[in-house]
Amino acid sequence: MSDKKEVLFSKKNRKLLTDPLNDNNPVTTQVLGICSALAITVQLKPAIVMAISVLVVMSVANVVVSLMRNLIPSRIRIIVQLVVIAALVILVDQVLKAFVYDVSKELSVFVGLIITNCIIMGRLEAFALGNGVWKSFLDGLGNAFGYGWILIAVAFFRELLGAGTLFGFPVIEKLGLYEIGYENNGMMILPPMALVTVGIIIWIQRTKNRDLIES
Amino acid sequence: MDVNKNSYTFGFATVMVVLVASLLSVAAISLKPLQDKNIESEKKQNILSTVGIEVSREDAAAAFEKNIVNTYVLNNKGEEVEGDAFTVDLGVELKKPADQQLLPVFESKQNSEKIYIIPMRGKGLWGPIWGFVALKEDMSTISGAVFDHKSETPGLGAEISLGWFQEPFIGKTIFEGTELVSIKVVKGGAKEDDMHAVDGISGGTITADGVTDMLAERFSQYLPFFKKKMSETMELSNDSPFADSTMAFNLNTIQQ
Repeated sequence: MSDKKEVLFSKKNRKLLTDPLNDNNPVTTQVLGICSALAITVQLKPAIVMAISVLVVMSVANVVVSLMRNLIPSRIRIIVQLVVIAALVILVDQVLKAFVYDVSKELSVFVGLIITNCIIMGRLEAFALGNGVWKSFLDGLGNAFGYGWILIAVAFFRELLGAGTLFGFPVIEKLGLYEIGYENNGMMILPPMALVTVGIIIWIQRTKNRDLIES
Repeated sequence: MDVNKNSYTFGFATVMVVLVASLLSVAAISLKPLQDKNIESEKKQNILSTVGIEVSREDAAAAFEKNIVNTYVLNNKGEEVEGDAFTVDLGVELKKPADQQLLPVFESKQNSEKIYIIPMRGKGLWGPIWGFVALKEDMSTISGAVFDHKSETPGLGAEISLGWFQEPFIGKTIFEGTELVSIKVVKGGAKEDDMHAVDGISGGTITADGVTDMLAERFSQYLPFFKKKMSETMELSNDSPFADSTMAFNLNTIQQ
């Protein structure tokens, strides 16, 4: 039993999970998935919902494609990947609409965004097509976490500085900062500031991790 | 087996498409009744929340039965016509010519005062927006409003479905004297003493303008009905000490 567990989480497999969090982050290093990072990071809640949705879709899609990897004709592999992602997303959406209607309302806009998220297709193409099921699953999870934490970090600053709230709770007002002349920065709500925030995260990451700097 | 043969590629694509299509159709058809029930309960919840009744989705049907005392459908002259107010789909109605449109009204009674709930539907930035507005017996004072949307941007236009946007509507009036002025959603914030305006949404101006247009259009369709109800109130006011005398006065002036 313990033998098997060790294999499951071998050093190489753990790296699949941890690498995308920093060194090989899909957003800050590979610069993928930027458009969703822009669209839904105005508030924390939708960002978290999006992160979870991508986590589910990416890990399941990776597993499905990895299972079929020896059957997929290479000429139509991109279309096959797209069909897998789209079918999963629609299926999940239908189930949510029937059983947890409120969550599905929260997700409505993201459904389309998940399908077009290039990180998912990127991982299917680059990893799941050539690797085993378990490894693909870990790779999916790792990349979804890597994408998710950036999303949540950006949303945290945009909501806090732009609207003065976190999860809708008026933090700045409770701290009494308005009384001493603090004002929300309305620009943080606008899309360009998402890019600037991502840029600042990339900057910080590269000062800590010099290997990432291109020569 | 050579997976790159033409025949295999065609075969694979065909099998995949058929499989995925049947999987999705089965899911969609078998889950439809449950989804429809959710949508219906949500509509009931929305209607009830305009009169200040917040219920869970499960209790919505029973509470609707209890609190909505009367429903009817009007034509564009404000006359009652046949039809079920609850199942009228405004999305379909608004595409018809004006004289064939069905306009639903829901009546509720709170503290022995009648409240008229008018459904709304209009265009946001990305898709339809809709809602319900509850009017007091004077047909002018708003006692509650809810809005919702299909696909407005979360955090921006989508805020119309939140309390902070909807609450300021309460107590505003849609008539100035006898003239219908509706309610405007004002970018940058409404003046505090403006009875016909509420605050807009930073970054959600197009959705907010959609709400303004929607309110103006729907209210104007119901205008004949409003006038009729107002003149009824005026007749009552002759012997009722509680009636709104300004309204009666205003209506008298137009009739002269």
